[in-house]
Amino acid sequence: MRELSLHILDLVQNSIEAGASKIALQIVEDIQVMDTFLIRITDNGRGMDEATCKSVIDPFVTTRTTRRVGLGLPLIHMSTQRCNGHLTITSTLGSGTVVEALYQHSHWDRPPLGNIGETIKSIMIANPELYFTYCHTVDQAVFSLATQELIEILGDLPLTHPDVLIWLHNYLSSNEMNLYKNKNLRGGVQNENN
Amino acid sequence: MKTIEDLKRLREQVQADSRVRNESSKQIIVGMGTCGIAAGARDVMSAILDEIAKRKLEDITVRQTGCIGMCEKEVLVDIILPGEPRITYGRVTAADIPKIMVEHVINGRLVKEMVVGKITE
Repeated sequence: MRELSLHILDLVQNSIEAGASKIALQIVEDIQVMDTFLIRITDNGRGMDEATCKSVIDPFVTTRTTRRVGLGLPLIHMSTQRCNGHLTITSTLGSGTVVEALYQHSHWDRPPLGNIGETIKSIMIANPELYFTYCHTVDQAVFSLATQELIEILGDLPLTHPDVLIWLHNYLSSNEMNLYKNKNLRGGVQNENN
Repeated sequence: MKTIEDLKRLREQVQADSRVRNESSKQIIVGMGTCGIAAGARDVMSAILDEIAKRKLEDITVRQTGCIGMCEKEVLVDIILPGEPRITYGRVTAADIPKIMVEHVINGRLVKEMVVGKITE
């Protein structure tokens, strides 16, 4: 997977399969001070015990029938390792999991975030009952959105209504673009949205 | 069409004609496990949503599912029309979506060469 936004889609699917009803996605890009790129996904799924938690980054330890774990986490682990970062998984059985992937922002090998707007759109549209919150910061700039906010405005109008889809697409892409206004990225990636 | 205010306005406009909306919804399900995503599931999902927006289709529900074990045939897309068996399409790309949407979802005709499974519920 060449884009971090695809890994994010994968992590969210993991949370959904763990029975989560609430998922919070945070992307924190600190370009000016720390030179870090952090992805954090917090869910209230069934969680894992300590042994499982430690084994999930091993691609050969997988519960093949459910695919709760498999190649997803090992791939992300590998990509963080290449970029002076690390993958941290904190889980409590019965109450949820927090997955954090940290990268050196300016590292040559850090995959671009890619089309995060399409990732967020897919998650929200295909899981309308999920309590999903999204928050993306780039230094001081912040963009956040929650599925519930939209549903409160829409009432009985479904998220898949054609006009809503067009609105959501424009809303996400313009707000994501705004986050990078006046940014001069040090890494190889000049435009995170393309 | 870029602010929350725009969405509120849109909501008010659409309210008037929403009563004619069809209750029996058609379902589209996209495989979004690691295998599906790596094979291009997000592009397929985007293409489906684009078609819905472009063709103004109002009676469709879009869902995602995890890995079902047919990883080599990803991207998998299931179509369920009311009262009909669940049809699974395999090795779907974004370029195949307009055809599947027009032929199957809108006109009810299978795109036979791409079908990999059929489940009667």
